[in-house]
Amino acid sequence: MSTKPRLATVWLGGCSGCHMSFLDLDERLIELAGKVDMVASPITDYKGFPHADITLVEGAVANEEHLAHIREVRKKTRTLVSFGDCAITGNVTAMRNAFGVDDVLNRAYRETSAVVVGIPSGNHVVPKLLPRVRPVHEVVHVDYYLPGCPPPADAIWRLVGDLLDGREPVGDVRRFG
Amino acid sequence: MPERIVIHPVTRIEGHAKISIYVDAGGQVESAQFHVTEFRGFEKICEGRPFHEMPGLMSRVCGICPVSHVIASAKAGDGLLGVDPPPAAVLQRRLLNYAQVLQSHALSFFHLSSPDLLLGLDSPPEKRNIFGLVEKEPDFIRRGIRLRQFGQRVIELAGGKRVHPVWGAPGGVLEPLTKEARDEMAGWVKESIESLQMALGRLKSLLDSLQEEIQYLGNFPSLFLGTVSADGGLEYYDGMIRIVDSEGNVVADRLDPQRYNTFIEEASEEWTFVKFAYYKPLGYPGGKYRVGPLARLNVAQHAGTPLADRELREFQQRSRGAVCESFHYHVARLIEMLHSVERIDELLNDPELLGEDVRARALPNRKEAVGSCEAPRGILFHHYTVDHDGTMRKANLLIATGQNNQAMNMAVEQAAQRFVRPGQLTEGMLNRVEAAIRCFDPCLSCSTHAIGQMPLVIELRDRTGRILDRIERS
Repeated sequence: MSTKPRLATVWLGGCSGCHMSFLDLDERLIELAGKVDMVASPITDYKGFPHADITLVEGAVANEEHLAHIREVRKKTRTLVSFGDCAITGNVTAMRNAFGVDDVLNRAYRETSAVVVGIPSGNHVVPKLLPRVRPVHEVVHVDYYLPGCPPPADAIWRLVGDLLDGREPVGDVRRFG
Repeated sequence: MPERIVIHPVTRIEGHAKISIYVDAGGQVESAQFHVTEFRGFEKICEGRPFHEMPGLMSRVCGICPVSHVIASAKAGDGLLGVDPPPAAVLQRRLLNYAQVLQSHALSFFHLSSPDLLLGLDSPPEKRNIFGLVEKEPDFIRRGIRLRQFGQRVIELAGGKRVHPVWGAPGGVLEPLTKEARDEMAGWVKESIESLQMALGRLKSLLDSLQEEIQYLGNFPSLFLGTVSADGGLEYYDGMIRIVDSEGNVVADRLDPQRYNTFIEEASEEWTFVKFAYYKPLGYPGGKYRVGPLARLNVAQHAGTPLADRELREFQQRSRGAVCESFHYHVARLIEMLHSVERIDELLNDPELLGEDVRARALPNRKEAVGSCEAPRGILFHHYTVDHDGTMRKANLLIATGQNNQAMNMAVEQAAQRFVRPGQLTEGMLNRVEAAIRCFDPCLSCSTHAIGQMPLVIELRDRTGRILDRIERS
């Protein structure tokens, strides 16, 4: 059984740009592979969300599945990081809050479609959209904030390095916004 | 009601999705569906904002191919202004579009799909990822990481940031490219070509052992749609649309992307957030077509660069008509990467690339315009309507993954029928169904315009909800 720290990354409602910035660690990914066990991430295959020492959360809470998932992730994570501006403020994902859910769905699936067999949302296969998109810290306790759209790879490297080495992160990494 | 097996989530794809596999009374797979479970609503949230903001806002549709959205948005902006961008701006846009294809394809092939191909579709899932390749295939994966890095570095040097660069604008781009930036980019070319030739050789050497997957991970006739240059070559920035059928016959040619809505329409279904695009003359669902690397190599007569032309000739000999095996998206993706590096090299040697004049300025002259380009996964359209002062009234985005949606659903169903034995589920069976999806490299943040990720559990239930069989990745 490996005793390396357990790192996870999660996507909620966002564009995946924060995860792309994580991959922009480039060859530092190889170094990271030696330092941590990547226990869950969109780039690995994994079973139900495992216990993690550090979890980076990209994206805002936009539907009922996100809500259930982030609550489970919080329970199983020691240090939770709001990873990027959508997680921290809702950002672009929350721009739909200025409109009603029905207006947004109508524009996307009725007005722009020549054939409407059905409108997705909240049936047995796709999750129901929340009436208001929320930042992660409105839903669960968040330990650290890593801002940016997306956060630069160097900032990710520094924060993860500080947390792995047991140093209190310095600079802007705890600042909201 | 048939029983239903759910794969949730589909992993190692760029987005958040489930697959349902329906099992008939005799215990055989009857059908399957691919559900995308995220939604953000860009077609609404842009309303009331100035169109000059659109490249920055629409970039946020997707963190994987933001440059494609910036280019389509900026080109729609060119149309609203009624201007042609200066030559240096066009060259920069072409350069970054190739860089985008390179980095996005590198992610799809090396980071997400090569674990299946090199480690095996039945290999232990906890190691079947990029970190498993670091242990088993360190040179291969380092080269893949560096190919992606090259593409991202070109974007960063021109646009100041790798993801969501502040760079493209209606009328051109924001800044000239410096000589230092160009010289650094040029330093990557030789290694990148070597890496791609190595990867192509490696992939081709594996094809014999993957015959069953090639035959059953989405092998069927369909139309193919892509952009070609005036002389019928591969083209990603500007050009006209060609459609061929599975026999390779040209069904439609020289279609104007500006008039996309005269030959493409979309349908909505309640079981997925991705719409279904179809070729209008054949209706829904008959007008299914594929876009992206496989389609582009099926519609083009030549690549126009020497190394890619040699590969393209070999590729097109895989079939008497069009290449219909979706598995060959992987091969096509590597050929396109090789072509992109060759084109990047050409552009870096064009003295006009460093031109100082990079932006045409005007007030809005038109109220409606379409911008399009070939994004990594297929042709992309941004269609904007504005007020007299340039305030956005309507937007319609037509994205590659929506255009591949019918084909992806057919691929999932074909793979499930071939590989899934409902009484004796194994992880490898279900990984093959997911691998069918990975061929298409669907960018779900683009198509729905969102993304997410959940753990994987597959349950087979009867109609009362009782669990008959269950499997987790372990």
